[in-house]
Amino acid sequence: MVKSKPYAISLDVGSSLANKTGSWRDERAVYVDRMPPCNDACPAGENIQAWLYEAEEGDGGYERAWRKLVEENPFPAIMGRVCYHPCETACNRAQLDEAVGIHGVERFLGDEAIRQGWQLDPPAAAPSGKRVLVVGAGPSGLSAAYHLIRLGHAVTIREAGTMAGGMMRFGIPRYRLPRDVLEAEVARILDLGVELELGHRVEHVVEEIEADGFDAAFLAVGAHIGRRAYVPAGEAARIVDAVSMLEGLEEGERPLLGRRVAVYGGGNTAMDAARTARRLGATDAVVVYRRTRERMPAHAFEVEEAEEEGVEMRWLETVKSYDGGVLELEKMELDESGFPQPTGETVELEADSLVLALGQESDLSLLEGVPGIEVTDGVVAVGPNMMTGHPGVFAGGDMVPAERTVTVGVGHGKRAARHIDAWLRGGEFDPGPRPELAGFDKLNTWYYSDAPATHQPQLEAARRASSFAEVVGGLDESNALFEARRCLSCGNCFSCDNCYGVCPDNAVIKLGGPRERYEIDLDYCKGCGLCAEECPCGAIVMVPEEA
Amino acid sequence: MSGPPKADGAADAGTRHQRVRFYQVGSHVVGNRLLDPEQRTVQARTDRSNTLTCGHRACRGCGEALGARYVLDAAMRASGGELVAANATGCLEVFSTPFPESSWQLPWIHSVFGNAPAVASGVAAALRAKGRDDVRVIGQGGDGGTVDIGFGCLSGMFERNDDVLYVCYDNEAYMNTGVQRSGATPPAARTANTKPIADHPGNRFGQGKDLPRIAIAHGIPYVATATVAEPHDLERKVETAVGMRGARYIHVFVPCPLGWGSASHDTIKLARLVKETGLFPVYEAVDGEVVGVSKIRRQVPVEEYLKLQRRYAHLFGEHGRPDIVERLQAGADRNIREFGLLDGDEEVQW
Repeated sequence: MVKSKPYAISLDVGSSLANKTGSWRDERAVYVDRMPPCNDACPAGENIQAWLYEAEEGDGGYERAWRKLVEENPFPAIMGRVCYHPCETACNRAQLDEAVGIHGVERFLGDEAIRQGWQLDPPAAAPSGKRVLVVGAGPSGLSAAYHLIRLGHAVTIREAGTMAGGMMRFGIPRYRLPRDVLEAEVARILDLGVELELGHRVEHVVEEIEADGFDAAFLAVGAHIGRRAYVPAGEAARIVDAVSMLEGLEEGERPLLGRRVAVYGGGNTAMDAARTARRLGATDAVVVYRRTRERMPAHAFEVEEAEEEGVEMRWLETVKSYDGGVLELEKMELDESGFPQPTGETVELEADSLVLALGQESDLSLLEGVPGIEVTDGVVAVGPNMMTGHPGVFAGGDMVPAERTVTVGVGHGKRAARHIDAWLRGGEFDPGPRPELAGFDKLNTWYYSDAPATHQPQLEAARRASSFAEVVGGLDESNALFEARRCLSCGNCFSCDNCYGVCPDNAVIKLGGPRERYEIDLDYCKGCGLCAEECPCGAIVMVPEEA
Repeated sequence: MSGPPKADGAADAGTRHQRVRFYQVGSHVVGNRLLDPEQRTVQARTDRSNTLTCGHRACRGCGEALGARYVLDAAMRASGGELVAANATGCLEVFSTPFPESSWQLPWIHSVFGNAPAVASGVAAALRAKGRDDVRVIGQGGDGGTVDIGFGCLSGMFERNDDVLYVCYDNEAYMNTGVQRSGATPPAARTANTKPIADHPGNRFGQGKDLPRIAIAHGIPYVATATVAEPHDLERKVETAVGMRGARYIHVFVPCPLGWGSASHDTIKLARLVKETGLFPVYEAVDGEVVGVSKIRRQVPVEEYLKLQRRYAHLFGEHGRPDIVERLQAGADRNIREFGLLDGDEEVQW
């Protein structure tokens, strides 16, 4: 206080800016980036919210979106077709109207990249001088190779088959994944300098590592052996396993299945086999499954698409025997624990062939005699860093214990690459703390308008049954843009200016520029919490001030 | 014309896709990085006037401070910065100008409690005498200074059709002097002199003044109501009003965390809910005729609004008064019917 001033004047004449109301505060607003549910659910660890944010801008935003996407996953066009999109199951928007059709946008970006010829950025890291052997050119191996070469390591993939792609080629029929798409995305990885040796079966991994001077290895041999079941069968009975059939088809064989085809099993491979049989000319394609529809491991949309194509489903039946073109099926009933029990009652079903789709196993012969390797239930145990019990030998994809999907395999490849990189450099990879989940309760949904999802056009069923043309069409540009803009941007600022607008004290500073966000002016923030309450996406928290 | 007409339309413009709404939030949030700057609110702009700048002494989460900045920033923009404000005594004046500080960044004159409309009329007359028709005049005050103490001056200003935009920031009581009842205090609300004791349910039903309707009854060129929850709507109304001549009146609903016993972070939520319940109809009238209403988007029962405020706490709990809540709901329903606030309702003219 200045004593010489007249009575009642205690402050200099001027603006109230002299009055730092921030001293009133007992809580402060803090900007955060929470974990969006889509990212949280993505097995490949994509930053979906971030690439949708780019795509929302349209035009040049698509390439930025694609580049953001391929930082985590080099297969957008494939993912957008074959991933079972757990991101959409988790999407908060589902609680408002419908989940954002993330896979549709992803596919649009992937296809756009192929159309426009966008290339992957050359590896940014300096060459490490280390060489890594990748065994298997499936999704997991290719993903690992991609991330390893970007981290500066030389990568050689050895693939027993004659073509790259693994289960993306030999397991997923072309009506779900056209081969030109697969080839384009694989070629882009090879263009980075990944060496691919086709027709090279690794017999003993440790010997090859030593003989050829590799510093580490990532194994992703997949699970290509169809599981057999004992079915008493007559001499003429035609029994094939689904994996061999799909593989043979890919290699140019035309399996002779006949007009009436029975498929035994209830997984996605069973659906693929039945739908493929229809396309090969079967008039009747019947799936026999021992449990109920609800308990089928196949995804609901695959079952629906199969049914649309005229595939018939028989629930609660097992195959007892097969002879003379007739299957003997035994009816089952579920016991209290939901397990199917035989009833003794049988029915007959005429079938020219029986396709077994009862699951797959891995060929682990390349690990025989390798010290430290632990195999349980036909799969190889790995640590959180994807390393097997043998130092320097990592594994992922279908040959380790996990859900067997392309996306999980891609995620394994990425995770393994990061740990292999750290291991080669004598350190440990630290993914950092996981941010808090941006659940639905974190959103202020008032600010979002209703906007139902756009649906991808489907090839009409009549045309599907006779060809291997792709069934599900892509979104066009305007639909993809609309869909991207349905994103709620959960937990991450999308520059809506609400905080800047609603502060009664002008204590939010808009930094300006399209990418820049906001800052709290702590000189004046009184801690009212309006910005946090009115943030649509939950990207502001109130934090108590220290006493 | 219905709803906040420009909001949705603005979001549609500038894109070749029909009805693609940016993030689906273009019509509700303050701004949006994908929108053309001209289509965002004034509040989204880094060059907004901040007519009421930092350092003012309004309580945390003050709705009136927010409303005044929304209105005056929009008016500054609409008038090209040629704006004078006359301000009644009240919270808004007290918290913004403790001598010798001022938070105002526009020519601003403080009147006594009851004569802000008259002072504004005088400023307008002086400007006319000087031939300055480019300078626009705003008179402003709280609900006490407007509906009670300044009412005579305001009615005269309306009657003479003086070239003034008068804005009332309605927080439903005399807050500055300690939360006493005003003519705008709603029924059943507790204030310092309408305490819920024995059978008294707080403020009585059936008394009070609905100033927007009184203003419409004067037949002045423009009357509008708005809340601080919808800046697009509020700014559009201010812009419309500034673009017109004669007496104009905007009544802005501004929650008061201190006087209402609400959380400081609920200020905007309350302003949103009061509209969504139907308790405060948001509409505009030209030349004495209601020409547009903002429809309710997600209707909620009045309890959702009332329960967030301690001034209504006596209506709930063990000794609650469901009968009074019902009467309040009936009032909201009457508004909904009268103004056609729900989709599909006919717009009612009166």
